[in-house]
Amino acid sequence: MTPSEADRPPPGSGRVRVTGPRTSASPSRRVTAASEIDAQSPIGEIFIASLLRAQLRLAVIVLVAIGVLVAGLPLLFSLFPDVGSASILGMPLPWLLLGFAVYPLLVGIGWLYVRAAERNERDFTDVVERS
Amino acid sequence: MNAQAGLVAVLVVSVATLAIGAYGWRFSRTTSDFFVASRSVRPGLNASAIGGEYLSAASFLGVAGLVLAFGTDMLWYPVGWTAGYLVLLVLVAAPLRRSGAYTLPDFAEGRLESARVRRLSSLLVVGVGWLYLMPQFQGAGLSLGTVVGTQPWVGGVLVAAVVLVNVFFGGMRSITLVQAFQYWLKLTALLFPVIFLLLVWAGDGATSPADAAVSAGGVPGDLWVSPLESADEHPLYSTYSIIVATFLGTMGLPHVVVRFYTNPDGRAARRTTLVVLGLLGLFYLLPPVYGALGRLYAPDLIASGRADAVVLELPSRMIAGLGGDLLSALTTAGAFAAFLSTSSGLTIAVAGVLSQDVMGRRFRGVRTFQAAAVVAVVVPLSLTTLSDGVGVARAVGLAFAVAASTFCPLLVLGIWWRKLTDVGAITGMMVGASLSGVAVIDTLLQSERNGWTGALLAQPAAWTVPAAFAAMVLASLATQGRLPANVTRTMVRLHTPEAVGVDRGPTRP
Repeated sequence: MTPSEADRPPPGSGRVRVTGPRTSASPSRRVTAASEIDAQSPIGEIFIASLLRAQLRLAVIVLVAIGVLVAGLPLLFSLFPDVGSASILGMPLPWLLLGFAVYPLLVGIGWLYVRAAERNERDFTDVVERS
Repeated sequence: MNAQAGLVAVLVVSVATLAIGAYGWRFSRTTSDFFVASRSVRPGLNASAIGGEYLSAASFLGVAGLVLAFGTDMLWYPVGWTAGYLVLLVLVAAPLRRSGAYTLPDFAEGRLESARVRRLSSLLVVGVGWLYLMPQFQGAGLSLGTVVGTQPWVGGVLVAAVVLVNVFFGGMRSITLVQAFQYWLKLTALLFPVIFLLLVWAGDGATSPADAAVSAGGVPGDLWVSPLESADEHPLYSTYSIIVATFLGTMGLPHVVVRFYTNPDGRAARRTTLVVLGLLGLFYLLPPVYGALGRLYAPDLIASGRADAVVLELPSRMIAGLGGDLLSALTTAGAFAAFLSTSSGLTIAVAGVLSQDVMGRRFRGVRTFQAAAVVAVVVPLSLTTLSDGVGVARAVGLAFAVAASTFCPLLVLGIWWRKLTDVGAITGMMVGASLSGVAVIDTLLQSERNGWTGALLAQPAAWTVPAAFAAMVLASLATQGRLPANVTRTMVRLHTPEAVGVDRGPTRP
């Protein structure tokens, strides 16, 4: 298609308008984070790796917490036998801990984990959708 | 206790299960959402169903029996079974749902793109399933024998028959509504009587079982309640091995994984698992109470080797007359609900894997599934006599040890470590399976070993699990040329929240 009369620059303006032929090509694709991830480009891999790292770090923190607070109890009882024979309100401490207190603790840790994991995912989604 | 009341309770539960299995599936939601478009099983309902299926004979009877006989250290079983769900939540829940896998062999094949890994996983699923089914039938035999006085094999055959009839009626999918109901039935069956039992105990002066003067099974109360004082020669090692097996084995149980598919997405999978955690914790508050009261009111059960029956016996012993008999009938009903629900879930999971993966491509369809269900049930039933001397909760603990040594490394490394290869997975699972398998066979044959050998073989998880992990890691690092072709896409699929629009590769519906 040749440029029409209206497209020609006004004479004497010294400015030349340079355009390509008007085709029906689609507008240039925005490079989104999602497309980078799909293309498995280095940037895409960084995105995914950062999400994985955040979630893994969270998982490790929770596991260490369980390891110390719950799985650490036998070691505690072994190193400090007095703790094992203590009693609160007539109930032996080990029973109080292992028979009752540990369950709300596990549920509480689980609830905190779910909130943090969902926050990680929300942050990731925001970053990916914004770019 | 009153044989008639107990027998009626057993028959009522069995018939109700059959009836709901036959007709209820037409009206209620089903697990297999391949065929049902809506994937919107509410988290509360789904969580109740998971809890209902998870709480087996070991949880219902075995824990109380172990606590009665061996004291505080046995509390690690219920704690571990609950904490195992937290570990599952943290490491596995959302990614497993996002993988789209319906079973563990599905996950293995999808992640590693290898048919050999799938076949090995299938064999292990069947092995773990059988190991878990054996104590269910054993517990059923013990319960029916306690209640009605039948031979030990009768109860197991009854449960097996009900499960098979259910499957043959078209209950190919374990029914969410029924399993959810089973949880609340089991909870009520323990909670309701324990209130009365505690009142009786308070009325009798509320003697603490931890009192040194109270002696049962030759062990005084203060020793019984003291941690790390159990009969084992190496209590600290045994306790930690139980912790490893239960914390890491939950994720590898066949009937647990199958339920993840009913969640609509990864987020829902996490939330449902959290609710399950709460339901389990609520339930596990109760069996130790029965064990403790049993020290005071039924100490003879220890000497006669029937400590697992304390939940069934206690109400009728503590409360004279019809009230006690009815409460015992209620706990018996709960016990049979436990056997039936777990056995159903396991049988369907095992039969599904048998018919799909083990029996080969020539056999397909309903007849194959039914034949597989028969095999899934008959083998553990005939082996039940093997686990008789081991106790229900310990036998279940063995299944956990094998699951922790095989599927835990596969799941954890498969989900979080890009460099896992098919050779690595196979090596790791074979190492874990053979090591824990040796220990299991030794324990089942009751070879009565002493010293460190005995402790290591009775509770193998503390060394078999690290060995399996190490084998899997080393073998993978040695075969890095065999990384699955689509591993990057797979990792994207496992970890990316559903809200983000990325290419997840060929997905299941």
